[in-house]
Amino acid sequence: MRHAVEHWQRWREDPWLRRLGYCAAAAILIALPFVVDATLGRAWVRIIDVALLFILLGLGLNIVVGFAGLLDLGYIAFFAVGAYSYALLASPQFDIHWSFLALLPTGAFVAALFGVLLGAPTLRLRGDYLAIVTLGFGEMIRISLNNLNRPYNITNGPQGITLIDPLAIGEFALNRTYTIAGFTLAPVHSYYFAFLACAAASIFISLRLEDSRIGRAWIAIREDELAAGAMGINTRNLKLLAFAMGATFGGLAGGLFASFQGFVSPESFTLLDSIMVLCMVVLGGMGNVGGVVLGAALLTALPEALRYAGPLQQEWLGEVYVDPSDLRMLLFGLALVLMMLLRPAGLWPSTLRRRELAGGEEPRAGR
Amino acid sequence: MPAVDTPLLAAQSLSKRFGGLAALGGVSLAVKRGEIFGLIGPNGAGKTTLFNVLTGLYPPDAGECAFEGEPLPGLKPHRIAARGIARTFQNIRLFANMSALENVMVGRHVRTRAGVAGAVLRGAATRAEESAITSRAFELLDYVGIAARASQPAHGLSYGDQRRLEIARALATEPKLLALDEPAAGMNATERAALARLLERIRAGGVTLLLIEHDVSLVMGLCDRVAVLDYGRKIAEGAPLEVQRDPAVIEAYLGGALA
Repeated sequence: MRHAVEHWQRWREDPWLRRLGYCAAAAILIALPFVVDATLGRAWVRIIDVALLFILLGLGLNIVVGFAGLLDLGYIAFFAVGAYSYALLASPQFDIHWSFLALLPTGAFVAALFGVLLGAPTLRLRGDYLAIVTLGFGEMIRISLNNLNRPYNITNGPQGITLIDPLAIGEFALNRTYTIAGFTLAPVHSYYFAFLACAAASIFISLRLEDSRIGRAWIAIREDELAAGAMGINTRNLKLLAFAMGATFGGLAGGLFASFQGFVSPESFTLLDSIMVLCMVVLGGMGNVGGVVLGAALLTALPEALRYAGPLQQEWLGEVYVDPSDLRMLLFGLALVLMMLLRPAGLWPSTLRRRELAGGEEPRAGR
Repeated sequence: MPAVDTPLLAAQSLSKRFGGLAALGGVSLAVKRGEIFGLIGPNGAGKTTLFNVLTGLYPPDAGECAFEGEPLPGLKPHRIAARGIARTFQNIRLFANMSALENVMVGRHVRTRAGVAGAVLRGAATRAEESAITSRAFELLDYVGIAARASQPAHGLSYGDQRRLEIARALATEPKLLALDEPAAGMNATERAALARLLERIRAGGVTLLLIEHDVSLVMGLCDRVAVLDYGRKIAEGAPLEVQRDPAVIEAYLGGALA
């Protein structure tokens, strides 16, 4: 393992090999949806699309939880805010049809405002207390969306908003199927590339932020807020910035989600979804961008893969003994328990977390 | 530039109560530029409380306090750090899981500017700032004598090295006044002598030092002036040797029977 790591580091230092590596990765990522389509089927391309959205969400939450150490259990609310911002301004609901080029930044900005709105009253809270307040905030947003159909119908309540505009540039809409030189470009393919671009941008931004003055200040706040303040870090502003940055990622993902589905309703934004995103961050490796990407991809794919459990039982045992949806939750729980026992710092932990666990320090509140 | 005889730090009858306990009962003191000022007193005398009030951790209940002629109370800790007061903590508060170098780099935060846009775009100005931060942090680690530990996580350093790292981190904020809360606690005689030399060097570099210390020989050898606190009040102030002979001080330390 250590040998492999050293090898990898030497490999990374060679600029030409690195460029070659980037090109190879780009080629694989471009071919991926078509290869998956041809082998596993179109449903799996859709799953990959969703995984890319979860990577965006995971990286956003990672800024708040992983970098700044603020435990947020209502993160999905920002996803909801972004999704509804898009839905309300690009659907027959009010007959407004803005371009996505204006809508995605708007959704991200509105979500960032909500991030500051949540952050401001919770600045003095840490750990468990912050978790409870953010959990309540997430539920408030969902319940508001559910009930804002009376006396004036804004969100259409539990029925949700339908016929949301797709991402489109001029005549080229991502929800139509095109045939280019014998290649079929289905909506799931087009959206794949849109989401891939956003996920790549979010990875880039996360990595740059982590290795910067701002990132160090966030980590310092996570490690010891009082000492960070005494060293001249404006802890209030930096915590608000973490909430706002995290929410921006969530809001952007929400807008993309709304355009992709063409439909949003409050039930897409439950506490369970918040916890799912948090699981991706924690299981992948809190604070480590690569780990979060891995966690998001695995936890999106795993439940889908377990759908095959039903047909397989039928085939091998002649009868379905365990309902696939029960099995999914069961195995998911088992995976979580095993992870916590075997790799408590996540599948791909940050060097910081590895040190932390190797140091055998007693856990502190706020982690 | 304020007049030369204006004290760098002047506190006027600072008071702080915690419930029924008067942790500080009207303490006044003046620290001059370029001196090493010692703050001594028995446990629970209010020394650390005074530090916490001076550095903005607690607001004082009453009293004034000015740094370079400008009032301090009401300022948040990070504003006070920006004004030029840096501190260390009695029970070391490093960023335990960051490397020694990163700890000192955090200290540069208050003197640097790069924001989110700079971090993401990483233009020439940001790159120059980052490399200046890194090289300054290395210099400071070298200055306090732990450059060899740069990449180690702070919690893995020896106790003495952790104290030195705290000093390096505080120096990174470019303080005019460095407030040290028991910097020699837990050090052996050799380490203490090395610390005394380091503090002398820091003073020679133009930084004024305010020092809480229990180790009498260190205080006597190092400090220009000393103030003694007992039960939240200042009971003596002056040159170390004078203070040492003061009957009130002897009584505070040894109890009434021996005075």
